Amino acid sequence: MQATTNIVENENVWDGGNKPLNASYGKMMMWFFIVSDALTFSGFLVAYGFSRFKNIDSWPIADEVFYHFPFLHGVNAPMYYVALMTFILIFSSVTMVLAVDAGHKMQKNKVAVYMLLTILGGAVFVGSQAWEWKNFIKGEYGAVETKGGQILQFVSADSGERVALSYFATTQPTDRSQHSAYNGLWYVDEATLLTYTVAEVQQGFLANPDLRIKTEMIDAGTGHKIVLDRAASEAKLSQAVNVVEGANLIRNEYGNRLFADFFFFITGFHGFHVFSGVVINGIIFFNVLLGTYERRGHYEMVEKVGLYWHFVDLVWVFVFTFFYLV
Amino acid sequence: MAHKLSIFRGLITFKSNVQKIWGVLIFLSIVTAIEVALGIIKPAFLLTPVFGMKGLNWIFIVLTIVKAYYIAWDFMHLRDEKRSFTSSIVLPLLILIPYLIFILLVEADYIYNIMFDGFVSWNF
Repeated sequence: MQATTNIVENENVWDGGNKPLNASYGKMMMWFFIVSDALTFSGFLVAYGFSRFKNIDSWPIADEVFYHFPFLHGVNAPMYYVALMTFILIFSSVTMVLAVDAGHKMQKNKVAVYMLLTILGGAVFVGSQAWEWKNFIKGEYGAVETKGGQILQFVSADSGERVALSYFATTQPTDRSQHSAYNGLWYVDEATLLTYTVAEVQQGFLANPDLRIKTEMIDAGTGHKIVLDRAASEAKLSQAVNVVEGANLIRNEYGNRLFADFFFFITGFHGFHVFSGVVINGIIFFNVLLGTYERRGHYEMVEKVGLYWHFVDLVWVFVFTFFYLV
Repeated sequence: MAHKLSIFRGLITFKSNVQKIWGVLIFLSIVTAIEVALGIIKPAFLLTPVFGMKGLNWIFIVLTIVKAYYIAWDFMHLRDEKRSFTSSIVLPLLILIPYLIFILLVEADYIYNIMFDGFVSWNF
């Protein structure tokens, strides 16, 4: 009476534990996670490309944004720092492969040492990125914003180099103070007040005849941002409505608002991947020390986290190209 | 586990997997150094547009894909996997990503032209 289904099982294919594509279940799933994560990052980077192509004649130039190098304050050194970060990450990728290789040979101590080096490299990279963010958020020169959301920067007429607001802005007496819960409405927050008001910047600009305005627009011929002459600069500055110092998610002193948003989001998402990679590598590192994989008889877990770690490196290669080079 | 120890289509064959890793590191470092050097020097003859983008940018993108290939093939051991497994990982990416790039960049260029030719001023 019982309905029985007669399933002819081929133990070799369906019984679990075997490897149709010569890769274990865990490794294969790590790969397919990487595929989906790669598509996520592609989505972000292509969205960045979309915004950039949409504003192709006014997008910020990377060399004018990222030019800091540790201990070289005031020196214009574009590319060098981010190149260093790239080398650190590629190198930590190499120690990871060496750990995987030592794992195949069941050399526990070597695996541990290489894992530790990988973790160190990752930690240094995350720290470097934090420093990069700090410079980006703090800004150095300051700028003003027009009603239409265009950023106007200040440059010296002779050298063409940027001039900081603190160099020329005047100080006018003001009774405007920071709004906080105890002296105003308790349910209203106010962002920290900026150092200068628009009027102070305008007055200081008029008093310094060697200053010019650098606009967002790129000269198609030279590839540089267009600098206005003195009369046009004064006319343009009279339209300013905001002072911008550094960068946040709403406005930034480097140019297009979307630029900072994408910078924070993409490098932040990548940095979060590196951070979680460091944490996962740390867990595996302690398991190696405890001899978990020695007892298990193979070091495949090291290989799986290695895949994730290399993927993080792979993504950085693309972020590096599209944010700093192109 | 057997490793394939040749890179550049057999041009260079290493004695052991560890040697191959260092060899690939040297190659990736050279490529990165070339990118950084080009990014700093920006040779004038490479700044002319080729297919709608600066020649230099095309070089950067090609070098990036070269680096990605060696990271995936040698660091992530795709070279040692079965071909069917490699394809099931790489083909979805090779099909979907260029398609996404194509539709979004064409659309962005279209929007740029609309804003550029339109009667509304965006720069005020």
